[in-house]
Amino acid sequence: MEHLNHFLSIGVRAAFVENMALAYFLGMCSFLAVSRRVETATGLGLAVVFVLSVTVPLNNLIFNYILREGAWIATDLTFLRFLTFIGTIAATVQVVEMTLDKYFPKLYAALGVFLPLIAVNCAILGGSLFMVQRDYQFSESMVFGFGAGAGFALAVIALAAIREKLRYSDIPPGLRGLGITFITTGLMAIGFMAFAGIQL
Amino acid sequence: MPKQDTFTPGEPPVLEADVFLKGLWRENPVFVSLLGMCPVLAVTNTVMNSLAMGLATTFVLFMSTSLISLLRSFIPKQVRIPVFIVIIATFVTIVEYSIQAISLELYENLGAFIALIVVNCLIMGRAEAFASKNPLPRAMLDALGMGAGFTFALFCLGAVREILGSGSFAGVDLFGPNFQPWAIMILPPGGFLVLGGWLLLFAWARERSDRKKAEAEAAAGD
Repeated sequence: MEHLNHFLSIGVRAAFVENMALAYFLGMCSFLAVSRRVETATGLGLAVVFVLSVTVPLNNLIFNYILREGAWIATDLTFLRFLTFIGTIAATVQVVEMTLDKYFPKLYAALGVFLPLIAVNCAILGGSLFMVQRDYQFSESMVFGFGAGAGFALAVIALAAIREKLRYSDIPPGLRGLGITFITTGLMAIGFMAFAGIQL
Repeated sequence: MPKQDTFTPGEPPVLEADVFLKGLWRENPVFVSLLGMCPVLAVTNTVMNSLAMGLATTFVLFMSTSLISLLRSFIPKQVRIPVFIVIIATFVTIVEYSIQAISLELYENLGAFIALIVVNCLIMGRAEAFASKNPLPRAMLDALGMGAGFTFALFCLGAVREILGSGSFAGVDLFGPNFQPWAIMILPPGGFLVLGGWLLLFAWARERSDRKKAEAEAAAGD
């Protein structure tokens, strides 16, 4: 039970309190570019959940067993972590893409162009870096990766839903386009701040 | 802006000065192209953090685009993206250790965002769109211009957020003890709201200058 609570806390914290997009501003480029329609936002969200849940545990293993001081290789290789993490992410995205294409063509078609885009999404690299910073164990990093991805997906889908409605609103000319999107996102971030006091 | 009369048909279509200046204003990476948004919003809660992040990004941008421009004829087209990423990650590692050596406090303030310069789309964008196609001097000018524009934008956000959110500028107290800070400005939502405000201001300024130009042209046509 103790363990369950601990994992639940990590997952919920990653998804809501420390939301990737709204509290850490990670993955902003795709967050803004792909939130015009709910359908595409869902595609991106799913892809982020998928890739984060795979790469964070994978990078956790690599970091703890190869790069960290006193691991299998005796020297401290932590300075290689950016290169390694990026490499892992790019490779994972490639493998995931090929696997989906072969075995789940429907899902592959749904995710479409978002899979390759994700290799350069900073939310993905950010997930791995936070994992190192917070010193998560392997099982914790699995929960964290999934939670962080789910939080990002939630935020991007919610923003897309608002932006679809905004199209019919009378917005001051100077704010049309991205100006109003930023202000909307700011208001959403205020909403998510309501989770900030939650201690799990 | 460069003077029109220095332009002669024999010269390349884009002036050297223009390569530098376009990054500052007309193609400002933050306010116009909206590139590299994560650090723009995340670390601009004080002026010092903003400037440090701007300079760090400028350094990485300058060094990596210079190197890429030098190597542009040796890098095979198919593997250029991984090569770019390796070059960028190398310079980011250098910056990270330098900042850690210069100021531990700054290093802790910027946190993971120094590392995230690796995936800053501004750097990748300039490497791919400019440095891989242009000779070294122009790539350097372009990187300096874009870096300056990026630093300027971060400074704009950082200044507003620190003045309103903490009542100080670069650590110097401005309003005395009776000032009630707008705590929201240094929290995440403040970043979005201030950037929205700046975009509104720039859209208004651009519209006004366009209108003036149109009026001047109409007057000249008469």
